[in-house]
This record gives sequence, C-alpha cells and structure tokens, in this order.
Amino acid sequence: MTAAGTELTLRHPIERFTLENGLRVVLAPDRSVPVVAVSVYYDVGMRNEPEGRTGFAHLFEHLMFQGSANVAKMEHARLVQAAGGTFNGSTHQDYTNYFQALPAEALERALFLEADRMAAPAITEENLRNQIDVVKEEIRVNVLNRPYGAFPWLQLPEVAFDSFANTHDGYGSFVDLESSTVDDATDFFSRYYAPGNAVLCLGGDLDVAETEKLVRRWFGPVPARDVPPLPPTGEPSPTTVRSAVVEDALATAPALALGWRVADPVGDFDTYLGSVLLAEVLSEGDASRLERRLIHGDRIAIAQSSYVGMFGDPFDVRDATLLTTQVHHPAGVPAERVTAAVHEEIARIATDGVDAEELRRVQARTEAQLLQQADSILGRTLSFAAAELIHGRAELAGELAARLAAVTPEAVQAAARGLDPGTVAMLELRPAGGAR
Amino acid sequence: MTDTRADLIPPLGEPRPQPVPVAEETTLPNGLRLVVIPRPGVPLVELRLRVPFASANARNAGVHAARGAVLSGAVLLGTQRHDQTDIAQLLQIHGAEMTVATDADRLMFATTLLPTGLGPVLGVLAELLTAASYPAGQVDGERDRLAERIAIARSQPGTIARSALASRRFGAHPYAIGLPDAELVSAVRAPALRRLHRERVLPAGSILVLVGDIDPRAAADTVAAALEGWPGSGKAVEAPPVTELRPPGIELVDRPGAVQSNLRLGGPAPRRIDADLPATRLAAMVYGGYFSSRLVENIREHKGYSYSPRSAIDHQRAASSFLVEADVATEVTGAALLETVYELGRIALTPVTDAELDAARRYVLGSMALSTATHAGLASTVSALLGAGLPADWLRTHQEDLAAVTVDQVQEAAARYLAPERLTTVVVGDADRVADQLGTLAPVTVTRSGEPA
Repeated sequence: MTAAGTELTLRHPIERFTLENGLRVVLAPDRSVPVVAVSVYYDVGMRNEPEGRTGFAHLFEHLMFQGSANVAKMEHARLVQAAGGTFNGSTHQDYTNYFQALPAEALERALFLEADRMAAPAITEENLRNQIDVVKEEIRVNVLNRPYGAFPWLQLPEVAFDSFANTHDGYGSFVDLESSTVDDATDFFSRYYAPGNAVLCLGGDLDVAETEKLVRRWFGPVPARDVPPLPPTGEPSPTTVRSAVVEDALATAPALALGWRVADPVGDFDTYLGSVLLAEVLSEGDASRLERRLIHGDRIAIAQSSYVGMFGDPFDVRDATLLTTQVHHPAGVPAERVTAAVHEEIARIATDGVDAEELRRVQARTEAQLLQQADSILGRTLSFAAAELIHGRAELAGELAARLAAVTPEAVQAAARGLDPGTVAMLELRPAGGAR
Repeated sequence: MTDTRADLIPPLGEPRPQPVPVAEETTLPNGLRLVVIPRPGVPLVELRLRVPFASANARNAGVHAARGAVLSGAVLLGTQRHDQTDIAQLLQIHGAEMTVATDADRLMFATTLLPTGLGPVLGVLAELLTAASYPAGQVDGERDRLAERIAIARSQPGTIARSALASRRFGAHPYAIGLPDAELVSAVRAPALRRLHRERVLPAGSILVLVGDIDPRAAADTVAAALEGWPGSGKAVEAPPVTELRPPGIELVDRPGAVQSNLRLGGPAPRRIDADLPATRLAAMVYGGYFSSRLVENIREHKGYSYSPRSAIDHQRAASSFLVEADVATEVTGAALLETVYELGRIALTPVTDAELDAARRYVLGSMALSTATHAGLASTVSALLGAGLPADWLRTHQEDLAAVTVDQVQEAAARYLAPERLTTVVVGDADRVADQLGTLAPVTVTRSGEPA
C-alpha cells in the first residue's frame, strides 16, 4: 500500500445504516470544506429496460426532475440552485443516480427534495410529453446531429453481446420513446424506485449523529415496497470473432473499436483489476504501448484510447463488460493494418509481460488520477455510492489506489492473454459523405 | 399541477465560513511570477504554467495560431537529453502527465503530480522550456495528426457554430480564429517552431501556479532552482484591442440534412475589471445561466425545443463576451430563436424580481465556492485570473461586489449587454428547411460550411 493510498483510506471513514423501509445509507464525513454532497443511487439502469421500452430508464430520470408531491415543476432546480448548490442526474448501464453539491447549510433541504421524489414524483401526461421532446433533442445533440455520436458506446455492444439487456440502445429509439405512457412510467417507478432498491450516500461537512437524525426524519416515512430481484446481465464468453461495419454520414475520417470480454467486475475483482491496469499500460499517455506504436512509431493513427466499462468507469459496472480499444485513423490507412498492430502489441504483453518498472509508473499515474477524482467532495461521494451499490462496500472506493498498486506484472500479463484476437468484437466506422 | 409546500421546505442554516486560500507570491530574477497556494485535501499538487502567447497582429494571426497549435503537441516530442518516451516516463513515475494547450491568449502547461515529485517534474518542465528540440521527422508526424484532428473537429456542428460566430463578430482580429486552418497547419516545419519557441516561450509575463499539498517556502526554493536557468530576454505579447463588428441580421451557415439547428448569439460584455461585471453576470444568470433561468424554463421545460439552452459570460484577455447557445430541433428553429430573443428583450426592458436576483446571486457564489474547492479547480481559476492581470484577491472582492448588486443595476446591465440589438446572430442548420422560418425574424444571409450533415 502506498503512502497516498493509506492516507486516502484513513481520511474518509465510512458510517452506514439501513432504514426500516430498506434504504441503505452511507455517510462519508469530511469537515475540511463547508460543502456537502447528496446522492441517491437507484439500482436500475439501461440494462434493466423491458423490450419495447428502450431508453426508458433515461427518460424516467428526466421525469424525476419534474416535481413531486410537495414540489412544483422547476422548483427542484430552484431550491437547490438558490441555495448555492448544483444538481444533476445520470443514467448508466446498471444504475440511475441523482445528486447535489451544496453549501453545508443546505443539507436538510436536499434531503427533503430527494425524499419527496423518492416517495412521489409528479408523473403526468404533460410532463411526460415535454420530457420526451427534451430527450429527443438530447439524442439529436449527442448522437444524431454529430459525427461519431454513437461510436462506440451504442454501436459496439450490439456486436459484442447477445442478450437484449446488453445489446439494445440505452438512449432509446424515437418509436419507443414516443409510445411511452404515464402507466409505463408509474409501473417503472413502482417496480424500481423502492427505497430498498436505493442507496443514499452523503459526503462532506456532516455531523454524523445529526445527519442520521435528518435522514430518518425525511426518508423514514417513505413506504417500503418490494425490491425486484437483480436481473443477471452476465453472458457466456464469446468463442468467435464478431464484426460489423457502420457508416457515419457525418464523419470525415474512419474509426475502429475493438472490444474484448473481461472478468466479472464484481465476482472476480482481482482478475478484473489486471484488465483495468492493462488498459492503462496500453493507452494512458505518451509512454503507453499503443500511443508509441500507433501514433508515434507506425504513424497509422490520429488518436487512440483504451478503457474498461462501456462508459469509461471500470468500477461502476456489473458483468458483462468489455475492455475497449478505440482508434481514429486516417482514411489512407486500412483498418486491418491498425487491428493487426493492436493485436501485436497485446500479444507482446501476453508473451513477454510488462516489467515491474513500467507497471510502477502506470500505477503511480493511476493513483494520482484517483486522488484527483477524490479531491472533489462530489466526485468522492459518487464513487462511494457506486461502490456501495455495485460492490456492496463503499469503502472499496477509498481502497482502489491501494488495490491497484498491489496488482502484479503477472496479473497484467494474464489480462493480456485474455484479449484473444479470436474472440474480439470489431466495429469499423466508415465515413459516408462528410467533406469528401 | 403540484404546488410547492413552502412550509415543508427546510430553511437554510447559517453559512459556515469558506476557508480563504492564502497565495504566496514571488518573482524570479528572470521575470517568472510564482504563486503557491497550500491547501488541505488530497496529497497532490496541481501545476499550471501560463505563458502569454497572443498573436502580435492580425496579419500573421492565422500562421501564429497554426504554429502554436503544432507547438503545443511538438514541445513534448523530445529535448536535447531525452526523447518523447523518456519525458513521459519521467513524469509518469510521479503521477504526472503534462498537457500543453494554446488558445488566442496563452500557452498552458498543466499537470497534477504526487507531492514527492515536485522537484523532478519541475526539472522536466525546465527541460521542455529551455531545451525542446523539435525533431523534424516527429514534428511532421505531429503536424499531420493535428491536421486530421482539425478536419474531424470541423465536422462537429458546435465547432462550426463557434467559429462562425467568432469570425462574424471579430472580423480580422486574431480572436476571429476559432480553429487553426488545416492548410496553414500542414505548412508548419520544425525550424519555425524552434524560432517561435525561442521568441515566445519566455519567463516575461509568465505565471506558474502551484496548489495543493505543498509548503510554500520549500516550493519556492525548488522552483527557483529548477527554473532560474530559463533565459529572461524578450517581452510578453498580449492580444491587440478588439473592435466588435455587430453586423445586422442572421448569418445562416448551411448544413444540409441537419436534424438540429445551432443558435448562437454573442456580443460584448464587461471585462473582469469593470464595475458593471457583477450585475451583468447576474443578469446573464437569470436569463439563461443555469437551470432555474428564464430561457431554460421557456424553451426546454415548457416548449421542449432544446435539451440544454444556456448563456454565459466568457472572458478573453482583450475581450469579454456575453454568449447565448441553444441547439434546437430543425422544425422549431424560428420559434426557438423568437423565444430566445423575446427573453433577451424582456430582461433588457423589465426588471427581474428580487427572488430571481437572490437565487442567481446565491448560485453564483455557491458555484464559485464549489469550483475552487479542489486543487485543480483553484489552480485553473487562479491561473486565469492572474493571467487576466487581476490581483490574487479578486475572487474575494468579486464575491463582495456580487453581494451588493441591486435589481436596478441588473436591469441597467441587461439593457446595455443583453439587448438583442447588441448581439450578433449565427445559426447552423439546414438552410432549405430553416431559412424561411428565420427570415420572418430578420434578414438572413446564407453561407456554406462545406460540411453536409
């Protein structure tokens, strides 16, 4: 364990309790700055959507901002922002979260707002229609009206996986979105937004005893409901190469994504950590293997990156997930050449391993990045919440630097052996139109 | 419709005092200004070195922007002692990774690092500043990649819109250049970079900011030892004064087939030193600066035209801007611009409410506190403020100024800076489908982006 890892773990003790309605509560006090972060994580994400309701988890996230039993439309934002706070929510593969960062004196107000919408969000026809329009604009901004908009996060899973849970478009088809009804939303809320299906995580300038009282005051009365069983999202590992070509009418240069299945992020965490560090060895910075080979050595690429987890955070996903290598390359370079070079670099690690010195450098950099994320009270609180929901232990977020520092060169080599060219999922993006 | 139960809403408690960061300043004999801010938090140090890098005149601004963009990547390609991989490894072992970026005002070296690495990382920085070698073959590779990346960036509608607005507002001024020209980039050669580095990467006017787990006195000694050899001849160049063109009507940049239109309005705003900045900031906030604003309520939450309409005040060294942005569905382009302009006219002509002003004020103060509550946030903020020529305590005095703004001052500021007549308008979208809609509001000039959607 490195010095910084020790310090991070010790500096942020965790307190936890569970309310009678099943809500799990995590407190991570740190009184150095008069700021608090409030987050609620519901155990429902894009992977839980029923067939015919693609995009519903995200659409529902929008509905949670439309007011609640005692809060009018727009008032959630006003009450947080007029207290000097910021707020947002986001929908992920395995969860949906809602969060605020506020001056410490606004803590109770934020608890009231989260409890009020946990009990009864304002699901009305008018709000639903309005937010379907807003979500369609969001999809146009982020996907339809820009080059590489779905690449590869919406397109690669279709190639790499088999089940509806893992392959469907989590932003949603316009057909599914437009046909959504108030009944769908009410059912979804009733099924997935039970207090027992959520984690409330608070961080920052908190008095533990006083905060526990406030949490019980506001969340205690939310009635308990049945908690749905956790649907399995794992899949058998692929045994063959899978590939697809997509055309992007707005793109001007080709791109390539290669995805390999990695170990279960929860059930086989130690093996998984090897893959997380392998992605860093491959792609993080000018000293990384692929930057040196593709960009500076062969000069066959414009940009490259590798990451574990479809949204880029390796620690907030369940099985199944991928290590993805993504490359933008000039039109004059054939995709096969890039693919061959990536496979060759991975084979080199699989055969020769990484030396301890190289791994130590990568671990130091990873540690600094984790610390940087933990410097913000909100960033740290969200990591604790995700670790509690996905891994059942908020503490894990504080231990990551130390856990990663303990990964051996052998574990990284083993991870490289798992990136078999014979089971890769390949997505080739070809520019169709654009400037040419 | 639900009403808010005001009696249920927990009141805000007493604010607890924000810790005030104390900046320790020194200037090295070669002219480099050093600011060190120790701060509790994670065991990291954030480093920002800002080097003034404006184009001296409009005539060579395009070439300067192109060379600067290549230089910011190529400075990391090697020194007389170490190659690119060595440099990256020397930094990485201390948790660092240097990013180098240019804009129309400055060249910025930035990284985080583990505190034990301060001396070695400053050593690498000194080597980059004094001995970057710009190896010809690698410079060519870097330049070609940059040209490709610029081509990709130019296919993004947001980039097209930003460039079009800057060029329509600023004409021949260097600030008109949104992205460097790919052809000018392709013409850059290593000798030009070595000359540019020699002439412009100078300690004069440069500011090094260190924030985090750090002892100011020891850090100052370490910096002096590492950077005293950075030669001190030459003078900083800052951007020339700006003249806002204010052309009337709407420029419509055609993007055939686009499913959305990108509305952009911009005009002058008070500079950071101007007395009417606090009131203008709050006016911009009430208008469209945050979720609780009029623009968001109107075109997002009531009409569903747009996902994230917004307004902001943006500061460059020689010009500050009030900017409005909204990406809207093609079929409601005219209607969305109408509402956007209506809200501008409304705030310019009629007073905001006390509640609107108080909410905006608390939000600005709160979000300033949040954005400076990390090493990285504080380092970037302080670097930008000092780079703009402001004293280190500006953050504090600006907060006091914000606290004193009245409804009348907000209205005066809105009338002066938010009035639609003061703003320049650009729309990027499918001209066949939106030109007629927009033509009902103002005369439309269609230009080509060269990038069909």
